[in-house]
Amino acid sequence: MEESSSTEPITIPPHIKGNKGVAADWSSDQKAFKGVPWGKAMMWIFLVSDTFVFSIFLISYMTVRKSTKVEWPNASEVFALHVGHVSVPLLLIAIMTFILITSSGTMAMAVKYGYEKKRIPCAILILITAIFGASFVGMQAFEWTKLIQEGVRPWDNPFGAPQFGAVFFMVTGFHGTHVTIGVIFLFIMARKVWRGDFDTGRRGFFTSQKSDYEAIEIMGLYWHFVDLVWVFIFAFFYLW
Amino acid sequence: MASKEGQQHPIGIYLWIWGLLFVLSAFSYAVDWYQLQGMLRWSLILIFMMLKAGFICAIFMHMVWERLALIYAILLPCIAILFLMVFMISESGYTLWTRMVYFMVGM
Repeated sequence: MEESSSTEPITIPPHIKGNKGVAADWSSDQKAFKGVPWGKAMMWIFLVSDTFVFSIFLISYMTVRKSTKVEWPNASEVFALHVGHVSVPLLLIAIMTFILITSSGTMAMAVKYGYEKKRIPCAILILITAIFGASFVGMQAFEWTKLIQEGVRPWDNPFGAPQFGAVFFMVTGFHGTHVTIGVIFLFIMARKVWRGDFDTGRRGFFTSQKSDYEAIEIMGLYWHFVDLVWVFIFAFFYLW
Repeated sequence: MASKEGQQHPIGIYLWIWGLLFVLSAFSYAVDWYQLQGMLRWSLILIFMMLKAGFICAIFMHMVWERLALIYAILLPCIAILFLMVFMISESGYTLWTRMVYFMVGM
């Protein structure tokens, strides 16, 4: 278990500010990311690659939208909901945005309580995060159902440029998949924390490794990233 | 132990940022609600988007408290995305032009 971050005796060298610190850290002939558990560094690097995946989706969306001579459907009307007799633009999307931000807030607090080793508040906050995430996926399923019933297909739709459907299903589908995976892992994490796995050093069911509360921060990075991607989807796809 | 330098910050900062994100989201929703159009709409959308993304990344993901070595390694590669965007803006302009020229003759 030489790699295990919790057994490392290496003391973290002092933090030099600015570019000199970057040069010192990278040229130290040791690991470049001082004081960062390897799992966290790996999660960050995965998130960079995921950033590229979502960027390519959004840039493709820009390309098809800019290059079509057919008018692009007005998202404000397509995603409007009827409350009584009033049509409220983008209502469901706005609710989904607030839900995801709320879940990000609870996740950030779960990370904090995790590092303080307050296991019960940490587990409850993770559980709340997971429930918010699940409700987000539920609303997305509702939105997909509504649009499919209205005749939106990846190759065609009744509102305008046919590329709209392809972009909608690809972008929100990929994001929804990320949320779903996140929710599953949040439930697993909540159970681990509730049971006190990180206090008793119980080994994980999949990796057979002991873990620490830093696992919550790594989980949190993923979850905040999902929220981050939604910020861009909300701006470019729904509002633009 | 790694978690000695683990990210521990007062809960207040998370609650403040959470509130701020709520307000910023409400603002971007208001852009659509009041049907602002044109340059005003696009610039407001972009400003609120960048602020929200910045706060999530900086505070919730603890980026401001990380060492510059990690910040550079994560954020600098994303500049490549801007280049792809510039290329595709030019490319889509050309595609639109060919569609105009070859598919709309006589209309």
